[in-house]
Amino acid sequence: MIEIRNLSVRYGANQNDREAISNVHLTVPDGTVCAVIGPSGCGKSTLLKAVAGILTPNEGEILMDGKPLSPKVQSIGFMPQSYGLMPWRTAMENIRLGIRIKGGRSKDSEEEILSLMERLGIAELRDRYPRELSGGQQQRVALARVFLLRPDVLLMDEPFSALDAITREDMQEVFLALWHSLKVTTLLVTHYVEEALYLGERIVLMQASPGRIAEVMENPLAGSEGLRANPAFFEKGRQLREKIKQMGGYR
Amino acid sequence: MRKMVFLSYLIGACALLALWYLIAQAAELPILPSPERVAERLAGIFLSDIAVHGAYSLWRITAGLCLAILIGFPLGMIMGYFPKADRYLAPIVYLTYPIPKIALLPILMLLAGLGELSKILMIFLIIVFQVVVAVRDGIHAIPKEIYEPLVSLGASFGEIFREILWPASLPKFLTAVRVAMATAISVLFFTETFGTQYGIGYFIMDAWLRVNYLDMYAGIIVLSGIGLLLFGLLDFVEYQTCRWVAPRE
Repeated sequence: MIEIRNLSVRYGANQNDREAISNVHLTVPDGTVCAVIGPSGCGKSTLLKAVAGILTPNEGEILMDGKPLSPKVQSIGFMPQSYGLMPWRTAMENIRLGIRIKGGRSKDSEEEILSLMERLGIAELRDRYPRELSGGQQQRVALARVFLLRPDVLLMDEPFSALDAITREDMQEVFLALWHSLKVTTLLVTHYVEEALYLGERIVLMQASPGRIAEVMENPLAGSEGLRANPAFFEKGRQLREKIKQMGGYR
Repeated sequence: MRKMVFLSYLIGACALLALWYLIAQAAELPILPSPERVAERLAGIFLSDIAVHGAYSLWRITAGLCLAILIGFPLGMIMGYFPKADRYLAPIVYLTYPIPKIALLPILMLLAGLGELSKILMIFLIIVFQVVVAVRDGIHAIPKEIYEPLVSLGASFGEIFREILWPASLPKFLTAVRVAMATAISVLFFTETFGTQYGIGYFIMDAWLRVNYLDMYAGIIVLSGIGLLLFGLLDFVEYQTCRWVAPRE
C-alpha cells in the first residue's frame, strides 16, 4: 500500500514560492490502479514525480507499507510522458535498463525479455534505436522496460496521451493484459477522462492553484470486458467531465 | 554500402592525381613535379629518411590530443553537469577561447623549452578549448526527462555517467576533435620548424632549403597521410559509437 501524507511541493528555493501541490493525502491499496485526473496545471505530474523520488517534497511523506518510499530501497518503475528511452541505446538495451541498474536478474532475463517483446509485438525491433521507432513502438519498449523490472510500484505520467486515438485504445488493452499478470500497485496520471475510467479502479480528481485533491471516487467498472460499449461508461465519463468543467475548465 | 563509399573515395583520389598530373605537365616547373616522380621518391626514401620524422610528428599530435582529452573531457563534463562550476569557469574559458593560441608559441618556447614539451602543449591548447566547450554543450543539450527514469531507479552518479553523460556528449565531442584536428596539424607543421631536427614539418622546410622539391613533396604527402589517418580513425570511432545519431540505411 502506498500512503501519501500531507504532501506539499513548492517550486523554487524560496519558501514563499508558488505551491505546485498542497497538502495532498492519498492512499493506493496494494495491487490496484489509481488514476489521477485534473485540468492542466493542477500538479498531477508534480505529485507523480515526488512519488518517483525525482522531486523532493517540501512537506509531508510518502510511505510504502509503512516505510518511506525511496528509489534506493524499493524498485520504482517510472514511465515519463516522453517514454524516457535513451536515444543511444537499442530497444533491447533500453528494456534492460531497469534491471541493469537494479542488478540481480541478468542471466535468466534474456528469455524473459524476448518473450515480453514477443507479447508486445516488438521482437523484430530489438536492434533499432528509438529514433527509428514510431510513437506506439516506443511506448511498447517503455512498457517492456517497466514490466521487466517487476517494480514494487509503477508510476506512469500521461502514458498514452501522445498516441493517436486508435493506437491509444490498443495500448490500453496491451497495458491491462500485462498489468493483470503482475498486479503491481500503480499510480497513473492522465488528462483523458476515458483513460482514467478505463484503467483506474480508484479515480482521484485534482484541482489547480494550488494543486490539491478535490475528490476521490471508486470505479468498479475499470478494466472490465467490453467496457467501452457499456452505457454506464458513457454516463460516468459525462459526470466526470462535468466535474472537471465546474472546477475551472480543461485544457 | 561501405564498398560504394570506398569506391567513391578511390575515384576522388584518382581525379585529384590526374589534376595534379595535368598541371605539372602544363607548367613544366621544378617546383611542380609530376605525381609519379614524387611517388617514386617517396617509395625510395620513406623507410630510410621520412619514417622517423613521421613517427615524431605522429607522437606529438597524439600526445597533445590525449592530453587535451584527458583534461578537456572531465572539465567539460563538470561544467556541463554542475551549473555552479559552469558559472565560475565559463568566463575564464570564454575569455581565453578567442586568443589565437599560435601567438603564444614564443611564450611557450621560453617557458617549456624548445623541445617536445612546448610542441605538445601547443597542440593541447588548440584542441582542449574545443573539447571543453563541445562536451559542456553536449551535456547541456540533454533533455531533463532523460534523467528521470534513472533517478527513480536510484542510480548512482557513476551509473548516470555511464548511461547518459558519456553517450550523450560523445557525438559533439568527436565533431569538436575533428574540427580542432585540422588546425592542430597546421600548427604541428609550424612548431616543427623551430628547435628540432625531427618531424615532418622540419623535413619539409629542410627539403625546401635544400631546393630538393621531390623530397619536399614526399614530406607533404606524408603529413597529409598523417591527417588522413587521424580523420579516418575518428570516423571509425564515430561509426562504432554514434550509430544512434544517423538513421540506418
